[in-house]
Amino acid sequence: MTKPAIAIDVQDAKRLFTQSAGAFAGTRVVRAVDGVSLQVREGSCFGIVGESGCGKSTLARLIMGLLPLSSGDILVDGQRLSAMDRKARARLIQPVFQDPFSSLNPRHSIADLVGLPLTAQGIAGRERGTRVAEMLERVGLPGAIANRQPAQLSGGQRQRVAIARALVLRPRIVVCDEPTSALDVSVQAQILNLLADLQAEFGLTYVFISHNLAVVEHVCDEVAVMYLGRIVEHAPTAELFETPTHPYTKALLASVLTPEPGLGIPDVGLGDAYPDPANIPTGCRFHPRCPAGQPPCITETPAPRFGAGRMVECLLAPPPSTASVSPV
Amino acid sequence: MTPEPLLEVADLRVRFGARVEAVRGVSLTVNKGETHCLVGESGCGKSVTALATMGLLARGAVRSSGRLRFAGQDLTNLSERELSKLRGDRMAMIFQEPMTSLNPAFTIGSQMAEVMQRHRKVTRAEAMERAGFLLFKVGITNPALRLGQFPHQLSGGLRQRVMIAMALMCEPELLIADEPTTALDVTVQAQILRLLAGFQRELGLGILLITHDLGVVARVAHRVSVMYAGEVVESAPASQLFANPTHPYTRGLLASVPVPGKIARGSRLGSIPGTVPRIGPGFAGCGFRDRCGHASEACAGPIAVQQAGPDHIYRCQLQASWPQDQAA
Amino acid sequence: MNLRRLFALLGLLIVGSTAIIAVFAPYLTPHDPFLQNLDGRMAAPFWLEGTVPGHLFGTDQLGRDYLSRLIYGARISLLIGTLVVICSGLIGTSLGVLGGYFGGRIDAVVMFVITCRLAIPLILVALTVVSFVGSSFTVVVLTLGLLLWERFAVVARTTTMQVRNLDYVAAAQASGASTWHILLREILPNIAHHLVVVATLEMALAILLEAALSFLGLGVPSPLPSWGLMISEAKDYMYFSPWVIMIPGVALFVLVLGINLLGDGLRDWLGAARDA
Repeated sequence: MTKPAIAIDVQDAKRLFTQSAGAFAGTRVVRAVDGVSLQVREGSCFGIVGESGCGKSTLARLIMGLLPLSSGDILVDGQRLSAMDRKARARLIQPVFQDPFSSLNPRHSIADLVGLPLTAQGIAGRERGTRVAEMLERVGLPGAIANRQPAQLSGGQRQRVAIARALVLRPRIVVCDEPTSALDVSVQAQILNLLADLQAEFGLTYVFISHNLAVVEHVCDEVAVMYLGRIVEHAPTAELFETPTHPYTKALLASVLTPEPGLGIPDVGLGDAYPDPANIPTGCRFHPRCPAGQPPCITETPAPRFGAGRMVECLLAPPPSTASVSPV
Repeated sequence: MTPEPLLEVADLRVRFGARVEAVRGVSLTVNKGETHCLVGESGCGKSVTALATMGLLARGAVRSSGRLRFAGQDLTNLSERELSKLRGDRMAMIFQEPMTSLNPAFTIGSQMAEVMQRHRKVTRAEAMERAGFLLFKVGITNPALRLGQFPHQLSGGLRQRVMIAMALMCEPELLIADEPTTALDVTVQAQILRLLAGFQRELGLGILLITHDLGVVARVAHRVSVMYAGEVVESAPASQLFANPTHPYTRGLLASVPVPGKIARGSRLGSIPGTVPRIGPGFAGCGFRDRCGHASEACAGPIAVQQAGPDHIYRCQLQASWPQDQAA
Repeated sequence: MNLRRLFALLGLLIVGSTAIIAVFAPYLTPHDPFLQNLDGRMAAPFWLEGTVPGHLFGTDQLGRDYLSRLIYGARISLLIGTLVVICSGLIGTSLGVLGGYFGGRIDAVVMFVITCRLAIPLILVALTVVSFVGSSFTVVVLTLGLLLWERFAVVARTTTMQVRNLDYVAAAQASGASTWHILLREILPNIAHHLVVVATLEMALAILLEAALSFLGLGVPSPLPSWGLMISEAKDYMYFSPWVIMIPGVALFVLVLGINLLGDGLRDWLGAARDA
């Protein structure tokens, strides 16, 4: 069996922001993405989870080429993203954003919104019209919607429009940044089913960013857990959910509330400390909240440990190869 | 004889102008020490129901109700002054976004103390002491420091803890919580829900919890009412509702949530086609019939409320024993 | 609420009718506004004694029909106002949008230019320029147009900064759309309603400034019937015939008031249309 090709190769990507703390107070540095490496296999769905402020949306924008890297490299389909021109990039990789109310320009018609990537490639006239109509039909929208404005559509319909726009150039990679977080649960299910159908039909590679672990578990093949700008654990979905090794992953999984009555509310045990990307703790960056923390965690920075297709960055966790054979 | 419920709402109706009726005859009760969850998707009228109960509707909304009683007292006859005496004292409310309900110009301590001084004859120092005590109780590690801080200096999770502490200043009997954890990270959500449950056990608090999240409902509710298009379509004890959902809408909702370990990864989720209709006064029949896979002509007529079990009612013309496997 | 609408409609009525009068001036004027009649000087308007039939608002110190001059004056005021707003709007909007969209150094430069402009004493520079170059219609329009852009720049810059962080701009960038397209099609239509309100304010200001310059003899040259010039020429006669200064003065006041009321109304209306 040949190894599947690598669609996205992120190599030690960093993105810092300087934030002004007031005109004369100087600046502070926010380390939004602080040395992330990951590989997304062609045709897979790669999930990135974490709390707000962990850098997952910044990472998404780096992968889409919407933000330049501070250091490191991102290769998409073997080419450096930074060296690609914007039209070539658009044909390869497209976004779907969280809020379909702010991701569609309220001044444009649906046809113009979905047709924009085509226009940018110089495709106009009848061909543009046919391809827009085809794509609208494919995402389950009536053709008559083409002349409407976004304000006339429901949230679910808008997200379908955003998906149609992302797919109209037939890209190979779609970066979904919280694609269902702003939607009602019944609509969320429609959109997740649609994304799954489209992946099968077009052979898409997804990068799927979400704070909802149940959704990530349902749609992703691999999951990376981000904390304060770094990936602290990364594994195939089933293994991550069965045998989480990083204390943060365990806390995240424990806090998922499934609709199963009688289980009560879990005790997550993370305390009230709040992660601040402008003020990253020494040693292990998770130590102020870690329920299992030991003295070395305060001073010693953990290095990533690899094994059995998994990665974990924790001083206390056993090496991944043993973790995967001893289920908790 | 059962004791009189803490809160009793019967046939509550709220209109906005002549064309929109957001709440259409909602009845519910909250007992002492009980959590009643009002669950539904956006636009179903659940938040309006809460605001109407507290007498906090915006101008232009017209409330009419058969019955609205709190601890044996008829709220419909109270003047605005008598109502505001009750609010914050014996009945308190917390909202989704704590930032908008805290005044950015005052410290946490002074806002908390003011709530108490408005209702009780206490000195500033006594009120501050109680504020500090409650901040400690909601899990804030350094209450003395937080009392002197302004809302923007706190994270979202801390602000919601402050809101809960503030709601508890006067030891209310009823707490109405409108999506109290929706804007928070999952780990923080679990902590906040544990807090609320703890206070409930300690103080015998009655809680009306409004949420769209079935996971939250399953873990905290004693009783659940499912709302759709301004009506309660099904109401039952929580274990009953999840074990034996009877209304097609309830079944559709439950089928659309991915549950790790229960629903196979990558399988299709159940979803409800279409969107919530906007319903005006004079609408007859079932509000769900346009989206329901079991709709018949009878659904356009008056719909009777049926019993699916002890204390388990639903508003649908289908028999309670209709086949479970054909979820909508 | 209803009172606000009433005021806005009043503004629309004033500006609309002034615009119609200005456009159709040649068909509405009873006399040639430049035709002098030294025998019929300083005839009183119709509501005073000493009025002359056919001259509703009387005549000026050279015997020209005052109503006709007033009507042609509306033309000049609106034309100057419009041209100045187009000129300053183009400059200010371009600077503001560029600064707001690109940020960083470009924004720092734009901010610096705006600050410099704010440090320029507007009236003094206008006076100096006009007195050096000589007064003409074009010089007045260009001077004011090159000076009155700062509010456009400030508003365009802040609103652009808000809009550029919205996901639809990111989606357009990811679509491979050119920067040019993003500025013109994604950003500009979504800040236009703010700029329209600024335009009304600037137009009122331009009309007032033109009147002030003309009053000082540095605006549009005589015999063009600018309202400011009419006031200026009338000031020698105001003690005996106060109406010669009152009529153009009231016209100026009413038009500027109307434009400002219309601006307020547009702000409410465009704001509501966006929120809907």
